Amino acid sequence: MYRYDEFDARFVRERTEQFRFQVERRLKGELTEDQFKPLRLMNGLYLQLHAYMLRIAVPYGTLSARQFRKLAEIARKYDKGYGHFTTRQNMQFNWPALKDVPDILGELATVEMHCIQTSGNCIRNVTADHFAGAAADEIEDPRPVAELIRQWSSLHPEFSFLPRKFKIAVIAAREDRAALRYHDAAVEIVKNAEGRTGYRVWVGGGMGRTPYLGYVVGDFVEKPDLLGFLEAIMRVYNENGRRDNLFKARIKILAHSLGETEMRERVLREFKEIKAAGYLQVPEAERARIAAYFAPPEFETLTDEPLPTDGDLGRWIANNVAPHKQPGYAIATISLKPIGGVPGDINADQLDGVAQLMDDFGLTEIRASHEQNLVLPHVRQKDLPAVFARLTALGLATPNAGLITDIICCPGLDYCDLANARSIPIAQEIAKRFADLERQEDIGELKIKMSGCINACGHHHAGHIGILGVDKKGVEYYQLLLGGSAAEDASIGEIMGPGFGEHEIVDAVDRVVEAYRKLRQPGERFLDTYRRLGMEPFKNVAYGEQLHAAH
Amino acid sequence: MPLIRNGAVAEDTYVTVADDAALPDGAVIVSLKRFRAERSDLLARNHALGVVLTSDQSPETLGPDLDRLSVVVLEFPKFRDGRPFSWARLLRTRLKFTGEIRARGDFLYDQIAYLKRVGVDAFELPPAITPELFARALSEMTNVYQPSADGRETISALRG
Amino acid sequence: MVQMLTANRLIDGRVLYWKEGGWVETLEDAERFTDTAAAEAALTAAKDFVARNLVVNPYLFEIKDGRPVKEREIIRAAGPSVRTDLGKQADHV
Ligand code: HEM
Ligand code: SF4
Repeated sequence: MYRYDEFDARFVRERTEQFRFQVERRLKGELTEDQFKPLRLMNGLYLQLHAYMLRIAVPYGTLSARQFRKLAEIARKYDKGYGHFTTRQNMQFNWPALKDVPDILGELATVEMHCIQTSGNCIRNVTADHFAGAAADEIEDPRPVAELIRQWSSLHPEFSFLPRKFKIAVIAAREDRAALRYHDAAVEIVKNAEGRTGYRVWVGGGMGRTPYLGYVVGDFVEKPDLLGFLEAIMRVYNENGRRDNLFKARIKILAHSLGETEMRERVLREFKEIKAAGYLQVPEAERARIAAYFAPPEFETLTDEPLPTDGDLGRWIANNVAPHKQPGYAIATISLKPIGGVPGDINADQLDGVAQLMDDFGLTEIRASHEQNLVLPHVRQKDLPAVFARLTALGLATPNAGLITDIICCPGLDYCDLANARSIPIAQEIAKRFADLERQEDIGELKIKMSGCINACGHHHAGHIGILGVDKKGVEYYQLLLGGSAAEDASIGEIMGPGFGEHEIVDAVDRVVEAYRKLRQPGERFLDTYRRLGMEPFKNVAYGEQLHAAH
Repeated sequence: MPLIRNGAVAEDTYVTVADDAALPDGAVIVSLKRFRAERSDLLARNHALGVVLTSDQSPETLGPDLDRLSVVVLEFPKFRDGRPFSWARLLRTRLKFTGEIRARGDFLYDQIAYLKRVGVDAFELPPAITPELFARALSEMTNVYQPSADGRETISALRG
Repeated sequence: MVQMLTANRLIDGRVLYWKEGGWVETLEDAERFTDTAAAEAALTAAKDFVARNLVVNPYLFEIKDGRPVKEREIIRAAGPSVRTDLGKQADHV
């Protein structure tokens, strides 16, 4: 994985001291809250319902055992013994005190971590495919590109006070595991007809109040030109994005009001100027320097063997283990979705336990996925039984990756200052309802995604089944959306109709799922059946007895 | 309100003139609107001239007149409005403006280093920022990752 | 209408409630205003604590039958409903 050199290390240290000075000035009253807020957000610090919340950057989701141990230590020392993995591969602590945050940053810096640009109206922490470097279907590891973008965007002098936040994702595989088309901009590593590698660049995706899928602005950007091309997009956005209305400030609004043709023209015009000026070309040597850090571990020469299929181990392998590009290796997903637990949460003992497991099995890195799970990218197939046993002891062996109980869920009204409704308790009830593993396996791939308000942190627009919490005269209600996807077949879910009460929503989901089981054709996932039949048959059953009840 | 020019406290030799006020003798700064309305008169004076751009006014609208100006003032209506950062960058890198670029209005201590990087070389300091603080702001971060209008060597260049 | 006044403490973000010119940590101990003018006066007084950089975001909320009307305030007063071992609800035991 990427290792800081003296420059990166100094940068993060100085950034920590810079923030310490900001906090000092705030506590002394030299900054008002209005002035301090954008500054603290740029360092991932929110004020939530109960306390501050600190979001730690995990660039492209990659972490080491040493970093896991540090997170455990911070959880114990400065927080309440646990943390939360988000849909953007970051980690959040829910209880830090403002006065302690500079010290927490100091601790993070010792393991090459920070909170730079995990919030605020700037270029956010860059995400990437969580199977990067291991996926059987990738052209190359997307993380060197993500790292390049991370460095270029860190404290960018021109683009740190944008109209709104800006999120970038990078992938290099046919299968999209990073929700490419829902990002403000995205880089897809592709090969052209001549077999040369370059970048397809997307722009204008996003969720929130008005969801949009991004479109292509750059068909094939040559390797040295990538940062120049991104800078062109950023400048068009910074100059033209709306600043009069917070809800219309994201680039998705600009991109879709200008339209594809006009947007392309403006970006290209800007890009030509940048290219002519000759700065921001990334030389091959620099790309190679970064890429070297991501060289795969030295794989042993092994052969693929039949994997166990029996019992709990077999189940876990069938659901949580994916093929690796190297013979004899496998990719294992650690589900953070125990039935009845809080999706994405992990406690300090589990963090330490996973770090120990990594050391014991020679695993140098672990990934956080945008589905709020963890991924061990390079496990020897023959170690799978022992790894499973360890995870079982840690309470981390739930065999539900990609199944209906692997729910993406934002913190909602239990923590979040902006929430309209709770989301975690609903996720817990749904998971309990579908706890039976045989039924889950029969249902197959079904992604439920839930947000506690229109901001869509839980990606409800992109759920095969999406759930959105709303507030109706002080009562929590839940809207159901069907047919969304964040994968390569991206689509925006459609709202079914009136919302459901807290005690109705789980039944409604159950009815929709049962309708699918009756209506599906062989091989169809829920999403496929929905796309074939549309909303009607599901809507007809979802409301059950209260079909005509007034809402 | 101290003026910092090229890193040091400097005397402000310009008078910013309201749109409806009479022009005094000497160097003046006027709004873009007034500049357009009285362009030939203003350019015919034998004094240095500056124009204020509000955050929604791109310097590209000045066209070839830019060469006749000695100051462009970028006004921050609210520190969160980040357009002036792009305007400064355009002025320096694309339009090759060599005169003074001056920041005015609601900007924060924490934005000074960014402003300097995009090409601002004069600052009308808000009351909260002393010249000592100004100097401190520029010392916080030693190195930079991205090329900008200040021509500083980037970390990737320093790595050799 | 019964109202209460709340804010977050600047230094650690914790939830606070107004009582007689100062702040307490639990809803149960806090002052209830039956008089709108008194509630508004307290809010004005709280702004002084904002100016002195001790609290942020003070506001009034409504109480009915001894409980906050909004779920949000019930959760702020207690802690996360999904972690009853944490927050103010945990300190009570
Ligand atoms: C708990 C405190 C949080 C707050 C106050 C918060 C706030 C927000 C806001 C205001 C937006 C909408 C921005 C916009 O549309 O311009 C947003 C979007 C988003 N948040 Fe959060 N968020 C929080 C937690 C989380 C968590 C825990 C996750 C991951 C599970 C998350 C992931 C996201 C994502 C992926 C989006 C992007 C959706 C899009 O593209 O519009 N956030 N958040
Ligand atoms: S979706 Fe809404 S409720 Fe959920 S974390 Fe985001 S802002 Fe909070």
